[in-house]
Amino acid sequence: MVSKAASETLTEAAPPPAADGKYLDSNVSGAAKILVVGPLGVGKTTLIGTVSEIRPLSTEASMTRAGARVDPYAGDSGKKTTTVGLDFGRLTIDGDLVLYLFGTPGQQRFLPAWQDLAKGSLGALALVDARDLTASFDALGNLEDLDLPFAVAVNVFPTGPRYDADDVRTALDLLPDTPLVICDARDRASSIRALIALARHLIDLATESS
Amino acid sequence: MTERPEAPRVSAIRPYVITRGRSESEGEPLSWESLVMTAETAFPAALQPEHLAILEHCEGLISVGEVAAHLGQPPSVTQVLLSDLLRWGLIVTRPPIPPAERTDVTMLRKVLHGLESCL
Repeated sequence: MVSKAASETLTEAAPPPAADGKYLDSNVSGAAKILVVGPLGVGKTTLIGTVSEIRPLSTEASMTRAGARVDPYAGDSGKKTTTVGLDFGRLTIDGDLVLYLFGTPGQQRFLPAWQDLAKGSLGALALVDARDLTASFDALGNLEDLDLPFAVAVNVFPTGPRYDADDVRTALDLLPDTPLVICDARDRASSIRALIALARHLIDLATESS
Repeated sequence: MTERPEAPRVSAIRPYVITRGRSESEGEPLSWESLVMTAETAFPAALQPEHLAILEHCEGLISVGEVAAHLGQPPSVTQVLLSDLLRWGLIVTRPPIPPAERTDVTMLRKVLHGLESCL
Protein backbone atom coordinates (compact mmCIF):
# COMPACT_ATOMS: atom_id res chain seq x y z
CA MET A 1 0.00 0.00 0.00
CA VAL A 2 1.26 3.45 -0.87
CA SER A 3 1.46 5.79 2.08
CA LYS A 4 -1.14 8.46 2.69
CA ALA A 5 1.53 11.09 2.05
CA ALA A 6 1.50 10.27 -1.63
CA SER A 7 -2.11 11.25 -2.02
CA GLU A 8 -1.64 14.36 0.13
CA THR A 9 0.83 15.75 -2.34
CA LEU A 10 -2.04 16.18 -4.78
CA THR A 11 -3.17 19.76 -4.94
CA GLU A 12 -6.20 20.23 -2.71
CA ALA A 13 -8.81 17.57 -2.38
CA ALA A 14 -9.98 16.36 -5.74
CA PRO A 15 -13.52 17.56 -6.45
CA PRO A 16 -16.11 14.81 -6.44
CA PRO A 17 -16.28 13.38 -9.93
CA ALA A 18 -19.35 14.64 -11.71
CA ALA A 19 -19.01 12.59 -14.91
CA ASP A 20 -22.28 13.89 -16.34
CA GLY A 21 -24.58 12.28 -13.83
CA LYS A 22 -23.02 8.86 -13.77
CA TYR A 23 -22.45 9.09 -10.04
CA LEU A 24 -24.87 9.81 -7.27
CA ASP A 25 -24.73 12.93 -5.19
CA SER A 26 -22.46 12.32 -2.23
CA ASN A 27 -25.34 13.24 0.11
CA VAL A 28 -27.16 10.06 -0.87
CA SER A 29 -27.18 7.80 2.14
CA GLY A 30 -29.51 5.02 1.14
CA ALA A 31 -31.06 3.16 -1.74
CA ALA A 32 -34.41 1.53 -2.23
CA LYS A 33 -35.73 -0.44 -5.15
CA ILE A 34 -39.03 -1.01 -6.82
CA LEU A 35 -39.65 -3.64 -9.48
CA VAL A 36 -41.53 -2.80 -12.65
CA VAL A 37 -42.97 -6.04 -13.91
CA GLY A 38 -45.02 -7.10 -16.86
CA PRO A 39 -44.95 -9.01 -20.12
CA LEU A 40 -42.71 -8.21 -23.05
CA GLY A 41 -43.68 -5.01 -24.82
CA VAL A 42 -45.96 -3.70 -22.12
CA GLY A 43 -43.88 -0.55 -21.66
CA LYS A 44 -41.62 -1.32 -18.71
CA THR A 45 -38.54 0.19 -20.31
CA THR A 46 -40.55 3.16 -21.52
CA LEU A 47 -41.83 3.89 -18.03
CA ILE A 48 -38.40 3.45 -16.48
CA GLY A 49 -36.86 5.75 -19.09
CA THR A 50 -39.55 8.34 -18.53
CA VAL A 51 -38.94 8.47 -14.79
CA SER A 52 -35.19 7.84 -14.62
CA GLU A 53 -32.66 10.62 -14.16
CA ILE A 54 -30.12 8.57 -16.10
CA ARG A 55 -30.51 6.90 -19.46
CA PRO A 56 -31.84 3.46 -18.56
CA LEU A 57 -29.10 0.91 -18.19
CA SER A 58 -29.30 -2.62 -19.32
CA THR A 59 -27.80 -5.64 -17.72
CA GLU A 60 -28.55 -9.27 -17.48
CA ALA A 61 -29.40 -11.53 -14.63
CA SER A 62 -28.27 -15.07 -14.85
CA MET A 63 -30.69 -17.81 -14.09
CA THR A 64 -29.02 -20.53 -12.20
CA ARG A 65 -29.77 -24.23 -12.09
CA ALA A 66 -32.83 -23.49 -10.04
CA GLY A 67 -34.14 -21.76 -13.14
CA ALA A 68 -33.25 -24.63 -15.44
CA ARG A 69 -35.97 -26.74 -13.93
CA VAL A 70 -38.67 -24.41 -15.10
CA ASP A 71 -36.94 -23.13 -18.19
CA PRO A 72 -37.76 -25.45 -21.06
CA TYR A 73 -34.84 -24.12 -23.09
CA ALA A 74 -32.15 -24.67 -20.51
CA GLY A 75 -32.20 -28.45 -20.63
CA ASP A 76 -31.42 -28.84 -24.31
CA SER A 77 -27.79 -27.90 -24.61
CA GLY A 78 -26.54 -28.80 -21.18
CA LYS A 79 -26.40 -25.10 -20.45
CA LYS A 80 -26.26 -24.52 -16.73
CA THR A 81 -27.35 -20.95 -16.84
CA THR A 82 -29.29 -18.72 -19.12
CA THR A 83 -29.65 -14.99 -18.94
CA VAL A 84 -32.45 -12.54 -19.02
CA GLY A 85 -32.11 -8.90 -19.94
CA LEU A 86 -33.03 -6.31 -17.35
CA ASP A 87 -33.41 -2.59 -17.79
CA PHE A 88 -33.20 -0.24 -14.88
CA GLY A 89 -33.17 3.41 -14.03
CA ARG A 90 -32.78 5.58 -11.00
CA LEU A 91 -34.35 8.58 -9.37
CA THR A 92 -32.79 10.56 -6.53
CA ILE A 93 -35.55 11.73 -4.25
CA ASP A 94 -35.45 14.07 -1.28
CA GLY A 95 -31.74 14.63 -1.87
CA ASP A 96 -30.43 11.68 0.10
CA LEU A 97 -32.43 8.67 -1.01
CA VAL A 98 -32.10 7.00 -4.37
CA LEU A 99 -34.82 4.87 -5.86
CA TYR A 100 -33.92 2.19 -8.38
CA LEU A 101 -36.52 0.89 -10.79
CA PHE A 102 -35.82 -2.55 -12.19
CA GLY A 103 -37.78 -3.80 -15.16
CA THR A 104 -38.33 -7.52 -14.88
CA PRO A 105 -39.92 -9.81 -17.44
CA GLY A 106 -43.07 -11.44 -16.23
CA GLN A 107 -42.94 -14.94 -17.64
CA GLN A 108 -43.04 -17.79 -15.20
CA ARG A 109 -39.72 -19.17 -16.38
CA PHE A 110 -37.97 -15.98 -15.32
CA LEU A 111 -39.13 -16.32 -11.74
CA PRO A 112 -35.73 -17.35 -10.34
CA ALA A 113 -34.19 -14.23 -11.80
CA TRP A 114 -36.74 -12.22 -9.90
CA GLN A 115 -36.20 -13.70 -6.52
CA ASP A 116 -32.82 -12.10 -6.05
CA LEU A 117 -34.19 -8.76 -7.15
CA ALA A 118 -37.38 -9.03 -5.16
CA LYS A 119 -35.36 -9.49 -2.00
CA GLY A 120 -35.28 -6.14 -0.27
CA SER A 121 -37.49 -4.37 -2.76
CA LEU A 122 -40.26 -2.17 -1.44
CA GLY A 123 -42.84 -3.48 -3.85
CA ALA A 124 -43.69 -3.69 -7.50
CA LEU A 125 -45.57 -1.81 -10.13
CA ALA A 126 -47.26 -4.32 -12.43
CA LEU A 127 -47.74 -2.91 -15.91
CA VAL A 128 -50.70 -4.24 -17.81
CA ASP A 129 -51.66 -3.90 -21.45
CA ALA A 130 -55.44 -3.72 -21.54
CA ARG A 131 -55.42 -5.21 -25.05
CA ASP A 132 -53.90 -8.41 -23.72
CA LEU A 133 -54.72 -8.94 -20.08
CA THR A 134 -53.88 -12.63 -20.16
CA ALA A 135 -50.23 -11.79 -20.88
CA SER A 136 -50.04 -10.26 -17.42
CA PHE A 137 -51.33 -13.25 -15.49
CA ASP A 138 -47.88 -14.78 -14.99
CA ALA A 139 -46.41 -11.55 -13.66
CA LEU A 140 -49.27 -11.02 -11.23
CA GLY A 141 -49.10 -14.65 -10.14
CA ASN A 142 -45.37 -14.35 -9.50
CA LEU A 143 -45.88 -11.26 -7.36
CA GLU A 144 -48.46 -13.10 -5.31
CA ASP A 145 -46.16 -16.13 -4.96
CA LEU A 146 -43.32 -13.91 -3.80
CA ASP A 147 -45.65 -12.07 -1.44
CA LEU A 148 -44.44 -8.80 -2.87
CA PRO A 149 -46.94 -5.95 -2.50
CA PHE A 150 -47.88 -4.30 -5.78
CA ALA A 151 -50.02 -1.78 -7.58
CA VAL A 152 -51.33 -2.29 -11.10
CA ALA A 153 -50.87 0.33 -13.80
CA VAL A 154 -52.79 -0.10 -17.04
CA ASN A 155 -50.56 1.36 -19.71
CA VAL A 156 -52.67 3.18 -22.26
CA PHE A 157 -51.71 2.56 -25.85
CA PRO A 158 -52.91 5.03 -28.46
CA THR A 159 -54.36 2.27 -30.61
CA GLY A 160 -55.88 0.36 -27.77
CA PRO A 161 -59.49 0.44 -26.77
CA ARG A 162 -60.41 2.28 -23.61
CA TYR A 163 -61.23 -0.05 -20.81
CA ASP A 164 -63.13 0.73 -17.71
CA ALA A 165 -60.83 0.42 -14.70
CA ASP A 166 -63.40 -1.67 -12.84
CA ASP A 167 -63.66 -4.10 -15.74
CA VAL A 168 -59.89 -4.54 -15.78
CA ARG A 169 -59.89 -5.05 -12.03
CA THR A 170 -62.51 -7.75 -12.34
CA ALA A 171 -60.76 -9.42 -15.26
CA LEU A 172 -57.47 -9.53 -13.34
CA ASP A 173 -59.21 -10.72 -10.20
CA LEU A 174 -57.37 -8.20 -8.02
CA LEU A 175 -57.81 -7.93 -4.30
CA PRO A 176 -60.07 -5.01 -3.39
CA ASP A 177 -57.25 -3.02 -1.80
CA THR A 178 -54.78 -3.46 -4.68
CA PRO A 179 -54.53 -0.07 -6.38
CA LEU A 180 -55.24 0.10 -10.09
CA VAL A 181 -54.33 3.20 -12.05
CA ILE A 182 -54.49 4.08 -15.71
CA CYS A 183 -51.19 5.50 -16.91
CA ASP A 184 -49.27 6.59 -19.95
CA ALA A 185 -45.74 5.26 -19.64
CA ARG A 186 -44.49 7.95 -22.03
CA ASP A 187 -45.65 10.69 -19.71
CA ARG A 188 -43.48 11.48 -16.72
CA ALA A 189 -46.18 12.86 -14.43
CA SER A 190 -48.48 9.98 -15.27
CA SER A 191 -45.76 7.42 -14.55
CA ILE A 192 -44.79 9.15 -11.29
CA ARG A 193 -48.46 9.09 -10.26
CA ALA A 194 -48.51 5.34 -10.78
CA LEU A 195 -45.50 5.03 -8.47
CA ILE A 196 -47.22 7.31 -5.96
CA ALA A 197 -50.22 4.98 -5.96
CA LEU A 198 -47.84 2.14 -5.14
CA ALA A 199 -46.09 4.13 -2.38
CA ARG A 200 -49.45 5.00 -0.78
CA HIS A 201 -50.46 1.35 -0.91
CA LEU A 202 -47.18 0.31 0.74
CA ILE A 203 -47.73 2.85 3.51
CA ASP A 204 -51.26 1.54 4.05
CA LEU A 205 -49.96 -2.02 4.31
CA ALA A 206 -47.18 -1.00 6.68
CA THR A 207 -49.47 0.95 8.98
CA GLU A 208 -52.02 -1.88 8.99
CA SER A 209 -49.47 -4.45 9.98
CA SER A 210 -47.87 -2.42 12.76
CA MET B 1 0.69 -31.07 3.43
CA THR B 2 -2.53 -30.88 5.33
CA GLU B 3 -5.69 -30.74 3.29
CA ARG B 4 -7.89 -27.80 3.96
CA PRO B 5 -11.26 -28.91 2.70
CA GLU B 6 -13.04 -25.84 3.98
CA ALA B 7 -11.28 -23.63 1.44
CA PRO B 8 -10.75 -25.78 -1.62
CA ARG B 9 -11.13 -23.01 -4.18
CA VAL B 10 -8.68 -20.51 -2.78
CA SER B 11 -5.62 -20.80 -4.95
CA ALA B 12 -3.07 -18.61 -6.65
CA ILE B 13 -5.09 -18.67 -9.83
CA ARG B 14 -8.61 -17.53 -9.30
CA PRO B 15 -10.57 -18.18 -12.45
CA TYR B 16 -13.42 -15.82 -11.90
CA VAL B 17 -13.28 -14.67 -15.45
CA ILE B 18 -16.98 -14.75 -16.04
CA THR B 19 -18.01 -18.23 -17.11
CA ARG B 20 -15.83 -20.51 -15.02
CA GLY B 21 -15.69 -18.25 -12.01
CA ARG B 22 -17.10 -18.45 -8.57
CA SER B 23 -20.79 -18.07 -8.65
CA GLU B 24 -21.20 -16.78 -5.15
CA SER B 25 -19.65 -14.02 -3.13
CA GLU B 26 -17.91 -14.82 0.09
CA GLY B 27 -20.15 -13.63 2.83
CA GLU B 28 -23.41 -11.84 2.21
CA PRO B 29 -23.63 -10.84 -1.45
CA LEU B 30 -24.08 -7.20 -2.23
CA SER B 31 -27.52 -6.46 -3.55
CA TRP B 32 -28.05 -4.74 -6.89
CA GLU B 33 -28.93 -1.46 -5.24
CA SER B 34 -26.05 -1.49 -2.77
CA LEU B 35 -24.06 1.71 -3.15
CA VAL B 36 -20.32 1.42 -3.56
CA MET B 37 -17.40 3.78 -4.01
CA THR B 38 -13.63 3.38 -4.16
CA ALA B 39 -11.86 3.77 -0.85
CA GLU B 40 -9.29 6.49 -0.47
CA THR B 41 -6.34 4.15 -0.68
CA ALA B 42 -3.85 3.45 -3.41
CA PHE B 43 -4.51 0.31 -5.45
CA PRO B 44 -2.04 -2.53 -5.36
CA ALA B 45 -0.24 -2.79 -8.68
CA ALA B 46 -1.07 -6.44 -9.15
CA LEU B 47 -4.83 -6.19 -9.42
CA GLN B 48 -6.67 -8.17 -12.07
CA PRO B 49 -7.87 -6.10 -15.03
CA GLU B 50 -11.48 -6.89 -14.12
CA HIS B 51 -10.97 -5.49 -10.64
CA LEU B 52 -9.27 -2.40 -12.01
CA ALA B 53 -12.11 -1.87 -14.45
CA ILE B 54 -14.57 -1.93 -11.58
CA LEU B 55 -12.53 0.55 -9.55
CA GLU B 56 -12.57 2.91 -12.52
CA HIS B 57 -16.35 2.85 -12.50
CA CYS B 58 -16.58 3.45 -8.76
CA GLU B 59 -14.87 6.81 -8.54
CA GLY B 60 -18.13 8.23 -7.25
CA LEU B 61 -21.07 6.76 -5.42
CA ILE B 62 -22.80 4.21 -7.65
CA SER B 63 -24.94 1.10 -7.32
CA VAL B 64 -23.82 -2.47 -7.96
CA GLY B 65 -26.34 -2.76 -10.81
CA GLU B 66 -24.96 0.33 -12.52
CA VAL B 67 -21.39 -0.92 -12.18
CA ALA B 68 -22.46 -4.18 -13.81
CA ALA B 69 -24.17 -2.35 -16.67
CA HIS B 70 -21.17 -0.08 -17.28
CA LEU B 71 -18.85 -3.08 -17.25
CA GLY B 72 -21.12 -5.08 -19.52
CA GLN B 73 -20.95 -8.01 -17.15
CA PRO B 74 -23.75 -9.82 -15.38
CA PRO B 75 -24.40 -8.52 -11.88
CA SER B 76 -23.61 -11.95 -10.46
CA VAL B 77 -20.02 -11.66 -11.72
CA THR B 78 -19.79 -8.05 -10.62
CA GLN B 79 -21.05 -8.95 -7.17
CA VAL B 80 -18.27 -11.49 -6.72
CA LEU B 81 -15.55 -9.11 -7.89
CA LEU B 82 -16.93 -6.28 -5.77
CA SER B 83 -16.98 -8.46 -2.69
CA ASP B 84 -13.27 -9.14 -3.29
CA LEU B 85 -12.58 -5.42 -3.47
CA LEU B 86 -14.65 -4.83 -0.37
CA ARG B 87 -12.71 -7.49 1.52
CA TRP B 88 -9.44 -5.95 0.41
CA GLY B 89 -10.56 -2.55 1.61
CA LEU B 90 -10.45 -1.00 -1.87
CA ILE B 91 -14.09 -0.06 -1.95
CA VAL B 92 -16.51 1.07 0.69
CA THR B 93 -20.21 0.38 0.67
CA ARG B 94 -23.30 2.09 1.90
CA PRO B 95 -25.70 -0.64 2.79
CA PRO B 96 -29.12 -0.54 1.14
CA ILE B 97 -32.25 -0.53 3.19
CA PRO B 98 -32.46 -4.07 4.51
CA PRO B 99 -35.55 -6.17 3.78
CA ALA B 100 -36.51 -6.11 7.44
CA GLU B 101 -37.25 -2.44 7.02
CA ARG B 102 -39.66 -2.93 4.17
CA THR B 103 -42.42 -1.85 6.47
CA ASP B 104 -40.49 1.12 7.79
CA VAL B 105 -43.23 3.69 7.40
CA THR B 106 -40.90 6.64 7.84
CA MET B 107 -38.88 5.56 4.84
CA LEU B 108 -41.98 4.80 2.75
CA ARG B 109 -43.34 8.27 3.53
CA LYS B 110 -40.02 9.68 2.42
CA VAL B 111 -40.38 7.82 -0.87
CA LEU B 112 -43.94 9.10 -1.23
CA HIS B 113 -43.03 12.71 -0.52
CA GLY B 114 -40.04 12.46 -2.79
CA LEU B 115 -42.19 11.18 -5.63
CA GLU B 116 -44.83 13.83 -5.03
CA SER B 117 -42.19 16.52 -5.25
CA CYS B 118 -41.22 15.15 -8.68
CA LEU B 119 -44.60 16.13 -10.08
